[in-house]
Amino acid sequence: MSGNMNLTLKIWRQANANAVGGFVTFNVKNISPDSSFLEMLDILNEELEAKGEDPVAFEHDCREGICGACSLVINGRPHGPLARITTCQLHMRHFKDGDTIWIEPWRAKAFPIIKDLIVDRTSFEKIIQAGGFISVDTGGVPDANAILISKDAIEKATDAAACIGCGACVAACKNASAMLFVSAKVSQFAVLPQGQPERYQRVQAMVKKMDEMGFGSCTNTYACEAECPKGISVRNIAQLNRDYFNAKLKSENVEA
Amino acid sequence: MIKLDSKIPKGPIEDKWTSHKFNMKLVNPANKRKYDIIVVGTGLAGASAAASLSELGYNVTVLTYHDSPRRAHSIAAQGGINAAKNYPNDGDSIRRLFYDTLKGGDYRAREGNVYRLAEVSNSIIDQCVAQGVPFAREYGGHLDNRSFGGALVSRTFYSRSITGQQLLLGAYSALSRQVGLGKIKMFTRREMLGLTVIDGQARGVVARNLVTGEIESYAAHAVCLATGGYSRVFFLSTNAMNCNTTAIWRAHRKGALFANPCFTQIHPTCLPLHGEQQSKLTLMSESLRNDGRVWVPLKPGDKRKPGDIPEAERDYILERKYPTYGNLAPRDISSRAAKEACDAGKGAGDTGQAVYLDFADAIKRLGKKVIAERYGNLFEMYELITAENPWEVPMRIYPAPHYTMGGLWVDYNLMSNVPGLYVLGEANYSDHGANRLGASALMQGLADGYFVIPYTIGDYLAGTKFQTVKTDHPEFQKEKDAVAEMTKKLLSIKGKRTTDDIHRQLGRIMWNKVGMARNEQGLKEAIQEIRDLREEFWKNVNVPGSAEDLNQALERAGRVADFLELGELMAVDALDRKESCGGHFREEFQYEDGEAKRDDENYTYVAAWEFAESGNWNLHKEHLEFEYLKPTVRSYK
Repeated sequence: MSGNMNLTLKIWRQANANAVGGFVTFNVKNISPDSSFLEMLDILNEELEAKGEDPVAFEHDCREGICGACSLVINGRPHGPLARITTCQLHMRHFKDGDTIWIEPWRAKAFPIIKDLIVDRTSFEKIIQAGGFISVDTGGVPDANAILISKDAIEKATDAAACIGCGACVAACKNASAMLFVSAKVSQFAVLPQGQPERYQRVQAMVKKMDEMGFGSCTNTYACEAECPKGISVRNIAQLNRDYFNAKLKSENVEA
Repeated sequence: MIKLDSKIPKGPIEDKWTSHKFNMKLVNPANKRKYDIIVVGTGLAGASAAASLSELGYNVTVLTYHDSPRRAHSIAAQGGINAAKNYPNDGDSIRRLFYDTLKGGDYRAREGNVYRLAEVSNSIIDQCVAQGVPFAREYGGHLDNRSFGGALVSRTFYSRSITGQQLLLGAYSALSRQVGLGKIKMFTRREMLGLTVIDGQARGVVARNLVTGEIESYAAHAVCLATGGYSRVFFLSTNAMNCNTTAIWRAHRKGALFANPCFTQIHPTCLPLHGEQQSKLTLMSESLRNDGRVWVPLKPGDKRKPGDIPEAERDYILERKYPTYGNLAPRDISSRAAKEACDAGKGAGDTGQAVYLDFADAIKRLGKKVIAERYGNLFEMYELITAENPWEVPMRIYPAPHYTMGGLWVDYNLMSNVPGLYVLGEANYSDHGANRLGASALMQGLADGYFVIPYTIGDYLAGTKFQTVKTDHPEFQKEKDAVAEMTKKLLSIKGKRTTDDIHRQLGRIMWNKVGMARNEQGLKEAIQEIRDLREEFWKNVNVPGSAEDLNQALERAGRVADFLELGELMAVDALDRKESCGGHFREEFQYEDGEAKRDDENYTYVAAWEFAESGNWNLHKEHLEFEYLKPTVRSYK
């Protein structure tokens, strides 16, 4: 078909966490500009499978930009060259025939590589488990309309809650800091009335776990915001810092 | 001999659930920690069940094949969740939600189950708000509602176009809290590949560790499967790439009945196919039909650009055929209307396999700002994928496989016919009959997990004698050996076709012959073609790599092996059901105007299929009783 592309791919391959990895060159032919980036990788993998070779391992699921499974650093940018989308939402019409494309996994100490382009993001799980919730058991809650929330507060909460937990913020940061991810959850609950009772304990518990997991510090480069597929704002980091300092200032909030 | 007992409680429909809750046995709080429960899957149903059961004190183990519970496909639901709150004062009630859901399902669901679903719907909204789920609000701070297909009231709660994500993150946070407290044992990257049945009771599962390849055993007193639907049998669907039938299919092979497998939902508002390289279809929320108008050119073969076709030469198919519900007609009906128009040569665009969804009037009436507030991110998503601007050119949409109403048979307690095996959410067949209404999947998943299973599982545990079973029981080894053998076989074939190639062919058979319109001849052909394809798969598939590490090709092959059996059962079930109802449209059974012709006299039953051997099933029928709502011809005109 006219307009279809032939491309050279330089893909990071690594057998497992302990193996030495490196770039391997592949060629793909006749890729439609309407295909998605991951469909292009599907085509490569099907060719490899047909030859009995090990397909390139990469994580993906919903292919609609919401599950947060897909990752990939494409030509040096998390989720590829376009702003505010995930890799699965990237289409091949943004590349040219004859292009060479470099494809790498997220790189961060707290996200060890499992195989090829798949990394282990369990460290994010641990942070949520440490405090990314409102402590409420099922049942025994008031009527939904008994808690009034202004439109402004709900918009702010939703902006923060839109985080998909993909880890692009960490991959984009030169320090591999997880501050954007953590602050999004902290801020969602900080602006909602339901989140107030545990507000200061929550921020301390989550930051403590974040540090334990080996993420770096935030030095305000804003790379995280620039690469976040959901446009999560660095204002959330400011909110987190405010709450964190407030927590430390109030003696009754300091952890035992 | 299997006897199907729905266990619907006696008494007036309004009191059934309340009296059932009173009559059920309770487990002493101090004894709850002595009971082990496995939950497989962490979508809305699984995450809410696991969290709630753990809060009660049970010892809960959770398995998911994802790296995080938050990746489950519930996350992708866009539009909203129904509840009978009647906040807008527009005539809603538990009874009306019950009526709409039962009618929407074309009277092929149990009254008792559907009523309970409507009854607990309000508690779901309360629970989610308490967790910090950011539902849309009015200026006064109260909750906002929108409308969805198949209803004349506004009862859908939503959070922009990310309702599923927000609800799942709510359930996920409750689940994570229990994990953090050390009360839930969480195993990620584990795929359930076998059910362990001991003395007739479900006592555990075997699962593959997707990183190391090790086959592991997990023992418990009860097992809850919340592993979602099977639309990926069509290859192209709106489901996530990893969605599969394997967990419920392996349970089916161990004795659990599969109910109404042919009841699948083809969603009307999806993006049309772009070409042969496509791996997945994308859904656009049904909420778009609140303001978008569906039309096609009046004249077949009219290839003018949509803007050049004058008003008088457009056919607003849903508004014309169903004036009362208009563009909010239920999904099955809207999908069929689109197919009918395309089959008549009136399809939009180059391929002719699409209809227009037009916002021009709504933009004129409400202004760009309001439309952007309601659907902004959907418009962006559309443009991203199609490179067309929906603010200027009407969207093109086409139906695609989306949801499966069929699933494992369960009784009122959500227990399958295998004692101790519970099935929740989309994985069971229970509440949506032959067609699910929009915004009801989220409702059912959370109803099952938060408000049904925490009660019903206690009744079983308290009333059952258990022998001590640990993972060293020989049945676990037997199950592990069977899994290992299948794995070995898949890796040893080394044939000429890839798994995806065979899956794609299965998908074409399913779409053409077991899809939106079915007939006897096509179904018989489909059965033979699927059998042949299955045979070819086991002789000619090429699965590279080893069993001892992360091997996505092996994962896919195992899932497709199961789809190749399920696909045949779907055709067998569709062939048996000589009527049209909901999403099941048999061309032989329709009225003159093309509407579905139900046969209540002969087919008011749940078809529950017992696995005998590959390609051979026994049919059991559960007759459906309608005491409160007498089935009538389902009209949206």
